[in-house]
Amino acid sequence: MGCGLCEVYCTLAHSTSQDLIKAFKRERPRPVARIRVERTDGLFLPVQCRHCPDSPCVNACLTGAMYKDPRTGAVAVDSYKCNGCWTCIMVCPYGAITRDIDKGIVAKCDLCPGRDVPACVANCPNEALIWAEDGAGGQSSPLVATAQERTGGH
Amino acid sequence: MTRATVPETKYLIIGNSAGGIAAAEAIREVDREGAITLVSEEPYLAYSRPLISEYLAGERSLDSMLLRPLDFYERNKIDALLGTRTARVDFGHKLVELEDGRKLAWRKLLLATGGAPIVPKLKGSHKKGVFTFTTLEDAERIGQAVSRGRTLVVIGSGLIGVSLAQALVHRGVAVVMVELMDRVLATALDAEASRLVEEALRREQIEFILGQTAKEIVGRPEDGRRVGGVILEDGRTIACDGVVFAIGVTPRTELVAGSPVTVNRGIVVNRRMATSCRGVYACGDAAEAYDFIHKTNRLIPVWPNAVAGGRVAGYNMAGRRISYDGSTGMNSLNCFGLSTVAAGIVESKDDPTCEVLASSGPADGTYRKVVLRNNRIVGMVFVGDIERSGIVFGLMKDRVNVRRFKETLLSADFGLGALPDDLRRKRLPLANSQPGGPRRNGG
Repeated sequence: MGCGLCEVYCTLAHSTSQDLIKAFKRERPRPVARIRVERTDGLFLPVQCRHCPDSPCVNACLTGAMYKDPRTGAVAVDSYKCNGCWTCIMVCPYGAITRDIDKGIVAKCDLCPGRDVPACVANCPNEALIWAEDGAGGQSSPLVATAQERTGGH
Repeated sequence: MTRATVPETKYLIIGNSAGGIAAAEAIREVDREGAITLVSEEPYLAYSRPLISEYLAGERSLDSMLLRPLDFYERNKIDALLGTRTARVDFGHKLVELEDGRKLAWRKLLLATGGAPIVPKLKGSHKKGVFTFTTLEDAERIGQAVSRGRTLVVIGSGLIGVSLAQALVHRGVAVVMVELMDRVLATALDAEASRLVEEALRREQIEFILGQTAKEIVGRPEDGRRVGGVILEDGRTIACDGVVFAIGVTPRTELVAGSPVTVNRGIVVNRRMATSCRGVYACGDAAEAYDFIHKTNRLIPVWPNAVAGGRVAGYNMAGRRISYDGSTGMNSLNCFGLSTVAAGIVESKDDPTCEVLASSGPADGTYRKVVLRNNRIVGMVFVGDIERSGIVFGLMKDRVNVRRFKETLLSADFGLGALPDDLRRKRLPLANSQPGGPRRNGG
């Protein structure tokens, strides 16, 4: 339904303060949402990293910052190594990687380490997002997936 | 040389950068035990060459430039001979001779030797204070030679020249960029994006001399062996404390000179990254690999292509038949906060087969352009808001017919949601598994 709560709770989950008001009003560097709800022609489409088995972003990364966690299959970015060259953004077929302008590095879905369920899924009121495992291609990758596309009434 | 008396390695990789490392990892995916030997003339663990600019700027140390964790070679059972130059390769007997006299027999060989910076033979180009900028050692040398208030002339305004200029600005060094073309980054960007990047560089007090190049490098009055200035083709003299040549790289093919390995401008490879010589592969800046836009083999000396080619080479060396999809020219830069990405045919000039869609934001520095041929994307340029450029890149790589939605490609809210339903569902499949969550902690 395009409520955008996934974006809000993603931003909050990646804030230092973990406080909704501070995260949006005062915190610097500004916390960045790693999920985006596309709103086109009445269609609402949450888009986030798919943790691709053969990840174009990992292969394109100039610094070794983007890597696939061999244990979990999640695609993660080492913020110490990232230099914000944006090569991963150029090759992500989902447009799922964001510039963290304040920090000069990229931000992407990290599946909320330390939480049982990623913040976007936990706070989706409509079960449009689910916490799933994609078994395609014989390799499994964890991901937050869109269960159903929702259209808005207009 | 005879094979019987020398130790053998199954896979020999010459080169320890993007292509060599990617190949070694691909080999290990297929063959967990076969001996891999990697030879590199540089003494360092594999590091990110593009980061030498931040190293020179003083923003980064070597440990944050390493491509892989410290135990990478050990964990992958790679015998890394670092700081070791390869003297010659005997392709007939499948032997290699290292400069320290050691010999090795190999079964599969990868030439990931990269490119060498081009230094034109000018009067004075041997003087102290003439540099190139492609390795950590280059950055070290320039770093030692410059200090606040000095002036450096950078010849060439490609990605290497521009990244160097940014580092020098951080160090308080005055930069004069001399470019033969009429604009900066002329091969990477189109004219409009060039203009925006040039403006960003000028704001940092970088000076440009376009349509010119160096004719001669002159010494200092007090010491003729040290650089004191550059004389341009038009006769002007620019006084400076050093000169850096950043006019491009040329494939390092010296090891295959006079061998059965076919070389055009670079080492020629097929779609499996195999050269004309059985058991010998090549990738990266040394090789001419397939370009899916130009539909021919070309030199495309950019990092992502070296990795992509290296992976394909590695799989094939280890016996897994994988074909290289091809790649194309692609560049991304963050120039003093101005984000720019460009790929494929960025400047179609008056090519009647190309359709150009371009838009420019108000005064916010955003710019988008897509070049089409027969309703398929063959080129793209994004400046400023670049977050969705990868979606366009994906449509280009997969040769998707965009006729039905091409007018949306430039809109600020373009995304997967703008694609027709059938295409969107193909490119962004809905969840195909039950809710419940994956295994955490790999368990």
